[in-house]
Amino acid sequence: MAEIFNKTEGLTDKQFHYCPGCTHGIIHRLVGEVLVELGVLGKTVGVAPVGCSVLAYDYFNCDMHEAAHGRAPAVATGIKRILPENVVFTYQGDGDLASIGTAEIIHAAHRGEKFTTIFVNNAIYGMTGGQMAPTTLIGQKATTAPYGRQQATAGMPLRMSEMLATIDGAVFVERVSVHNVAAIRKAKKAIKKAFEVQIEGKGFGIVEVLSTCPTNWGISPVDSLKWLEENMIPYYPLGNFRTPEEGK
Amino acid sequence: MAKVLMKGNEAIGAAAIKAGCKYFFGYPITPQNELPEFMSRELPKIGGAFVQAESEVAAINMIYGGAGTGARVMTSSSSPGIALKQEGISYIAGAELPCVIVNISRGGPGLGGIQPSQADYFMSTRGGGNGDYRHLCYAPATLQEAVDLTIEAFDVADQYRTPVIVIGDGMIGQMMEPVEFNEPTKRNLPEKTWATTGTEGKRKPNIINSLALDPAELEKHNIKLDNKYKEIEANETRYEMYKTEDAEIVFVAYGTTSRIVKNTIEALRAEGIKAGLIRPITLWPFPNKAFTEIPAAKALLTVEMSMGQMIDDVKIANEGRLPIHFYGRSGGMIPSPEEIGNKAKEVLGGVK
Repeated sequence: MAEIFNKTEGLTDKQFHYCPGCTHGIIHRLVGEVLVELGVLGKTVGVAPVGCSVLAYDYFNCDMHEAAHGRAPAVATGIKRILPENVVFTYQGDGDLASIGTAEIIHAAHRGEKFTTIFVNNAIYGMTGGQMAPTTLIGQKATTAPYGRQQATAGMPLRMSEMLATIDGAVFVERVSVHNVAAIRKAKKAIKKAFEVQIEGKGFGIVEVLSTCPTNWGISPVDSLKWLEENMIPYYPLGNFRTPEEGK
Repeated sequence: MAKVLMKGNEAIGAAAIKAGCKYFFGYPITPQNELPEFMSRELPKIGGAFVQAESEVAAINMIYGGAGTGARVMTSSSSPGIALKQEGISYIAGAELPCVIVNISRGGPGLGGIQPSQADYFMSTRGGGNGDYRHLCYAPATLQEAVDLTIEAFDVADQYRTPVIVIGDGMIGQMMEPVEFNEPTKRNLPEKTWATTGTEGKRKPNIINSLALDPAELEKHNIKLDNKYKEIEANETRYEMYKTEDAEIVFVAYGTTSRIVKNTIEALRAEGIKAGLIRPITLWPFPNKAFTEIPAAKALLTVEMSMGQMIDDVKIANEGRLPIHFYGRSGGMIPSPEEIGNKAKEVLGGVK
């Protein structure tokens, strides 16, 4: 019988703790598949964040290092500078990367650190229970924005990819989504490219992945996919912001 | 090896390289700047890496990542910068990684000043970070000792899988003295089978981590750490006893302050006053035993370049046996042998 699907060796057999309908699982799988397809799983060191994916170190089937909140890019810098032949990635949420860890991500990109960042943006703090993130949309309710986010007091949602794309050291910057099959395929392509850029020694690469949080958004998994498409994508447009020129 | 005249900050950097440290992550702050400057010049020559981080917070987290690979790594800073590093130090202690952190300390609190100070004793021995942890803290009094202890600190860090602090006040960083670079006493160091260097498909993934959500598991980890700290206390406590056999007044001082106190002791002895010194070389573990080895002592006089921090440990070690007095200068003011001597006479006047 033809094999249609098999769980990637890039992930361990540990059962995910993620809520039903959360798209972290899809993003984990894409990263795992890419590491296997590129043949680099055995020389990869991943850096896990603080937040919903804090336990990512149990799921990726490679050496893992659990960082403090927001510090994953600094931890990855330490690893990659010592092991330049290895493949290093950080996996970070929006509270981690876009709030407490803004200095670390901007300066890792600025130095052109040769690692890859998977940035999962679900517009909310998941693990701590639905507080407002820098990426929470205007009007979106959060436990620390019970009347919905107001621009006057909380500012506009932060577009990290656009900001990072202004930095020379960030040679690959792309925003993708995982709300439907076509989007997932594009997301995998971008993740693969970001790792290839690292392997070729070209510089820092980041893929921002729009992701759902049915639990803290307070809607069903199916409605969450629709909400992402209708509300997040208009504000966080998908697409490539930077890619190295061929042959360079 | 012939002695060379070096500035303290550079001598500590050279000692680290001698110990096999090829990776340094730091951030500028006075009065330790010559140390990262030295490393930025020397490490590329030996195939190592120097990174000027965006902050002390980032630097210590680079150390956290770097230490995870099993490489010998070092960072340095000065008091307010060391305060910023406490988050990372707590994670490194929790994840049981070896590294060396140098604090060329200055006056505080807050931005404080840039002159020599010993006001970081609490931060160095009580831990500024969260959680149940300890780390060794070496306090050299001379540049030769700074070199020797820095070299040894890397071995000790590896042996116990723990961060080690080397603390010198601004004088240690800024003054020049002749130093030589000697091999430390050989230790049996465990292989770093835990390092994150890639599985190569040959072993299960290694995980560097300080998270344990299960309280029973975390308690087990805390007990394991505590046992390690007890082992360090038993094996690594270090101190100097200076003319204490017949001393009626026993000073307690560390770092450069201890050198000033030694001058005081010579002057007092010339006047017929029997004075001696307990000099802690490890601030943690504190040399409690030394306080049982002063048979003629009538009083203790703690001298610090602070408003009195080590004196808390002196009180613990003394166990109520002798009266304890204090003399301190702070803010970057350095005590003179005479003013320390006057305080000693005042104390003895009260005793007699």
